[in-house]
Amino acid sequence: MMNPLRPIGRAFIAFLATSGRLAAFTALGVSHCFRPPFYGRQLLRQIIEIGFFTLPVVGLTAIFAGMVLALQSYTGFARFSAEGAIANVVVLSITRELGPVLGGLMVAGRIGAAMAAEIGTMRVTEQVDALTTLSTNPMKYLVAPRLIAGTVMLPLVIFVADIIGVFGGYLVSVYKLGFNPSNYLQNTWEFLEPMDVISGLVKASMFGFLTTLMGCYHGYHSGGGAQGVGKATTNAVVSASILILCFNYILTLLFFSKDVAG
Amino acid sequence: MSQDNAAKITLSGVRKTFAGGRKVVLDHVDLEVGKGESLVIIGGSGTGKSVTIKCMLGLLKPDSGAIYIDGQDVTQMSEGAREDINRQVGMLFQAAALFDSLPIWENVAFGLLARKMCSRADARDIAAEKLRLVGLAPDVLDLSPAELSGGMQKRVGLARAIATNPEIIFFDEPTTGLDPIMADVINNLIVHVNQEIGATAITITHDMVSARKIGDRIAMLYDGRIIWAGSTDAMDHTDNPYIQQFIHGRADGPIKMAVRR
Ligand SMILES: Nc1ncnc2c1ncn2[C@@H]1O[C@H](COP(=O)(O)OP(=O)(O)OP(=O)(O)O)[C@@H](O)[C@H]1O
Ligand SMILES: [Mg+2]
Repeated sequence: MMNPLRPIGRAFIAFLATSGRLAAFTALGVSHCFRPPFYGRQLLRQIIEIGFFTLPVVGLTAIFAGMVLALQSYTGFARFSAEGAIANVVVLSITRELGPVLGGLMVAGRIGAAMAAEIGTMRVTEQVDALTTLSTNPMKYLVAPRLIAGTVMLPLVIFVADIIGVFGGYLVSVYKLGFNPSNYLQNTWEFLEPMDVISGLVKASMFGFLTTLMGCYHGYHSGGGAQGVGKATTNAVVSASILILCFNYILTLLFFSKDVAG
Repeated sequence: MSQDNAAKITLSGVRKTFAGGRKVVLDHVDLEVGKGESLVIIGGSGTGKSVTIKCMLGLLKPDSGAIYIDGQDVTQMSEGAREDINRQVGMLFQAAALFDSLPIWENVAFGLLARKMCSRADARDIAAEKLRLVGLAPDVLDLSPAELSGGMQKRVGLARAIATNPEIIFFDEPTTGLDPIMADVINNLIVHVNQEIGATAITITHDMVSARKIGDRIAMLYDGRIIWAGSTDAMDHTDNPYIQQFIHGRADGPIKMAVRR
């Protein structure tokens, strides 16, 4: 008779092994970010990839998020005549939550998948091994530039997204809901604190790190063939998205714990 | 023969398994390669020839046994020391393994640039020169690997492997997928690299014409062990039934191919 605890134990051990492997990969990847030689060309390529080519999709996400926020809060708040708060709701929601989270999720889909597919293909076609035989450490050449680019560039992208999102809210409020433009802008600024924006950008940086880490990790450990790469890509996107949502809660708790307690 | 007494690479009792030990590929491999020698490894498909050289390169870690390069056990080395050893090796992968995000010339010059052996402009010239040695015209320099045929990719891989003038070069099936004339050009190139430049060469091949031409010594891998090793002449005169079956390409004999119906 089979011990019913056995599969549970096996799953638990597999989980621990994966966590250990991921932790070791993370530590090694981060340590290579600070040790020369540095691959400037690779870094530049990734910076352009993340900082520039994700702008359209993140910008579109932000503008629609801002627009729908204005519309939703108008219809909701009109019930208790608090339409005046729309500008605040839009700017706070965008900078603190929706900018980083929606932007991060879009980037996880775009960048996480691309990285896992690229590195996974390199793994299964032995290009990663070829790097080693050519005196190039693949962690340093492939992983470190991506981690740096993700961590540094995503906050910039999300900052742009914040502006676009607020602008989306402004468009709907002014042109559809008939708000006075200068009043709306004044309301936007009045209650906005630096911490609202900064917390969002710190989140974005964390999400950029998590997304690139998942893309690299799953690509690097990709199994054989096209199927293995496909699986690595899916895993990268799913795990990055879940981690983003998880860390979003944790970071929010850390940033605003005193507001919650008080 | 360019062979010298000092062993460049020694494998002793190397064992490598996959799937958590359930699949034994290398059981107990003992092998010695002299400095400046050209060794050819033969053996049936899937016997672990590529795995053997990946162990020597440190791309796979043996489960047990030792691998000495220049007298140092590389299986026990730190990552940094291992990287230093890798500076003197070149490798042609079975499927070429070209970097598909880089143009051909950067592929060939990759090792030179990584080791900072020359400027980018010089590297391009060296790449053109190495490509000429493998019979490729300079007009491929700026193409991407996907734009080349399989045989051309293989030759670019070869140019990349020899570009840094390494002391030890591994060739995994250098002539597979080439026409007979080009195969001979590549054989001559390997002989040249081995004899004139003095590199230690380890070649995997199924092509017995090529094996005879480039090999000082032949080793046969079967069932996870080196079952025979000796000079090219000795290979023709041995009565070892495995060798006889293999070099004459007979389906009947002691070597049973796993044919599933
Ligand atoms: N990473 C790996 N994981 C699991 N099994 C592997 C791995 N690499 C190789 N093997 C197995 O090891 C065996 C030997 O593979 P290897 O590539 O060395 O064969 P080979 O002798 O080079 O054959 P060929 O002449 O066809 O290239 C094969 O059965 C293969 O399935
Ligand atoms: Mg092979």
